[in-house]
Amino acid sequence: MTQIRVGLGTCGISAGGEAVYQELVEELKKHNLEIEVNETGCMGMCYDEVLVEVVEDYDNYLYAKVTTDRVKSIVEEHLVKGLPIEDWIVKPGNGQAGDNFLKLQDRIVLRNCGHINPTSIDDYIEKQGYEAIQTVLNTLTPAELIDKIKNSGLRGRGGGGFSTGMKWQFASQSESDKKYIICNADEGDPGAFMDRSVLEGDPHSVIEGMMIGAYAIGADEGYIYVRAEYPLAIKRLQLAIKQCNEKNFLGNNIFGSDQNFKIKIKQGAGAFVCGEETALIFSIEGKRGVPRVRPPFPTDRGLWGKPTCINNVETLANIPWIINRGWEAFAQKGTEKSKGTKVFALAGKIVKSGLAEVPMGMTINQIVFDVGGGIKDGKAFKAVQMGGPSGGCIPASMGDLRIDYDEITKTGAIMGSGGLIVLDETTCMVDLAKFFLNFTQNESCGKCTFCRIGTKKMLEILERITMGDGKEGDIELLEDLAGKIKSSSLCGLGQTAPNPVLTTIKYFREEYEEHIRNKKCPAHNCPALLTYTIDPEKCTGCTICAKKCPTQAITGEAKQVHVINQDSCINCGQCFDVCRFDAVEKV
Amino acid sequence: MDIIGKKEIDHFKRDLIDKKKQDGSLIPLLQSAQDTYGYIPERAIYYISELVGIPAAEIYGVITFYSQFRLKPLGKNIIRICEGTACHVNGAKSILSILQNELGISVGETSDDGLYTLQSVACLGCCSLAPVIMINDETHGNLTTASLTKIIKKQKRIEKIKSSYDAN
Ligand SMILES: Cc1cc2nc3c(=O)[nH]c(=O)nc-3n(C[C@H](O)[C@H](O)[C@H](O)COP(=O)(O)O)c2cc1C
Ligand code: FES
Repeated sequence: MTQIRVGLGTCGISAGGEAVYQELVEELKKHNLEIEVNETGCMGMCYDEVLVEVVEDYDNYLYAKVTTDRVKSIVEEHLVKGLPIEDWIVKPGNGQAGDNFLKLQDRIVLRNCGHINPTSIDDYIEKQGYEAIQTVLNTLTPAELIDKIKNSGLRGRGGGGFSTGMKWQFASQSESDKKYIICNADEGDPGAFMDRSVLEGDPHSVIEGMMIGAYAIGADEGYIYVRAEYPLAIKRLQLAIKQCNEKNFLGNNIFGSDQNFKIKIKQGAGAFVCGEETALIFSIEGKRGVPRVRPPFPTDRGLWGKPTCINNVETLANIPWIINRGWEAFAQKGTEKSKGTKVFALAGKIVKSGLAEVPMGMTINQIVFDVGGGIKDGKAFKAVQMGGPSGGCIPASMGDLRIDYDEITKTGAIMGSGGLIVLDETTCMVDLAKFFLNFTQNESCGKCTFCRIGTKKMLEILERITMGDGKEGDIELLEDLAGKIKSSSLCGLGQTAPNPVLTTIKYFREEYEEHIRNKKCPAHNCPALLTYTIDPEKCTGCTICAKKCPTQAITGEAKQVHVINQDSCINCGQCFDVCRFDAVEKV
Repeated sequence: MDIIGKKEIDHFKRDLIDKKKQDGSLIPLLQSAQDTYGYIPERAIYYISELVGIPAAEIYGVITFYSQFRLKPLGKNIIRICEGTACHVNGAKSILSILQNELGISVGETSDDGLYTLQSVACLGCCSLAPVIMINDETHGNLTTASLTKIIKKQKRIEKIKSSYDAN
């Protein structure tokens, strides 16, 4: 039976996936072909969207960059005549774009993403879905289950990297008549979309992970805290929960056992700090999401004062796999202290941006070049940013560093939740530090003085450095403030907010110095430190830059060399963007 | 503010009463108010305050804490610019300055004619298409200054046709 799948995650939809889907259905109807067209989640290859997969009895064909125009040919050639259009197909190993991207990955968390229809519970069940929870209910005591998870070496994927088995053990040892398990799907890192893709592409795996966690700690109620900015993920979760309720996978006496478990969805309302566990709990309670001092930890006193275990989406999606395949299989992957795999959202100046799940222990160079296809437009690799606003930059010279919680922490960055932004020679590190600090400064809840005012002071210093008003001693001042903010903030937001600044100073100090002493931005990025000029050798006098210039700063006759009048130039860069002859230069 | 029919308001109120029964209902109540009105009008705050027994001042505190909530109505078209990391390193800043120029408003503002609201968001989740903006529900990716200018011009043309249509 031939079947067609269209990738309709947020990335697929953004690239026009819904129109492709419609067109497929219509073309098939025109040719009277009775072929099922299904939607599926993100396949990870966001750089090649829209992706359409034709699944036949013995073979799969994955079409990349499908447009509505191409649908007609695919239907006529492939589905009517049986002649796959090789030029448009990506296959592991055929030299096309997809080859190493998929081959080097090891998919545990993303095992079903892009392969099943996320709106069908039967699709999930067919892939061993809800087998793990039944194994657990029928054959393991909570203590045995916790031992297995501890042995697997799984560490929390939400950023902290704390042992999941240990956390479950603490929660299970707390005495209480009522306990909760919460799935943290707040995904605040602005440039990371792993959790969203899992929720959109395989919601049941997260729900099953929660069921198993609930059994381990003795909870009968769970919450999924999702950002309201993820409407599709929320829709798919709601449907998945409804399906579970209908099958009595959720509710009273689930799977015929004496366990009760129900799940509710809570929508976040747009505050980064609510990803922090104590703030998240306040937010579910309907209050302002302001973190509080720990201890007591949520595993002792959490939601409505009851013991609560909070796990990240990716952490939970690992659980059913560990039960089905055994903790030994999981512990075999990775490094000594970081087991299993990690999903990364590759973005920035990389050829293949998308989702990649790789075994722990892979090097940064392997991820950037072998999996991700290297740097866009043939530019030079400068650094990767990991861990978002709480993380830091790791320079290209350390590209042999292995992905491992402790190794990465040593650099001053953090593993974080999986955002991996690749930077090239045109990225200014001072500007990037400013970008993240601006983010955390906006998101600081305001409770701790140093986090509230210290980050603002740091931001002001960075502003003036990028404006060309930096002073000697500014770098030391930044370092001093950073230390104070780290030591006198209550929650992880403040404690980690200076990391992007500290790591860029540590590895790119000379770039700061260039800005301060010579008023130059080596990456040619900071507008105030740039001058645009026109190379008379290259200028053809096409007049396009003069037409574009918003301040009429460019003069010149047609077919004559043009000149930029520096007094009226506002450094907007539009002439640079429009010139087809590379005649406009930044210095 | 009476463009909303009585039916919707009744539905909204019923929804409120349903939600009130749950613990931690304040945020869902506010989300429901915003879904109904497009923003949170003052009288909704008083209404909710009475319903759940939380002082209006405290409700204001919650509304202003979360960026999702608005106390003012939105423009007819919502343009959201992504200022996430991937978009930032791929030139979101010049995209933003063009948008602000073309629309004559800054982030968070609504144009005087009520046609456009400009919002900034952190990551729209399609970083592979960076830099990205969304006009209402439609995503536009891989933007350059040139392609953006074209998109905005087209959007303005559509609005013009629509408004002359409405006038007739
Ligand atoms: C400012 C801040 C933001 C956070 N944001 C998230 C987030 O978006 N998602 C997440 O899973 N954890 C986030 N965390 C970590 C959580 O507090 C918590 O450690 C995590 O959800 C625990 O799950 P895990 O053990 O499975 O990683 C954040 C922490 C801090 C300090
Ligand atoms: S950073 Fe813009 S879509 Fe992710």
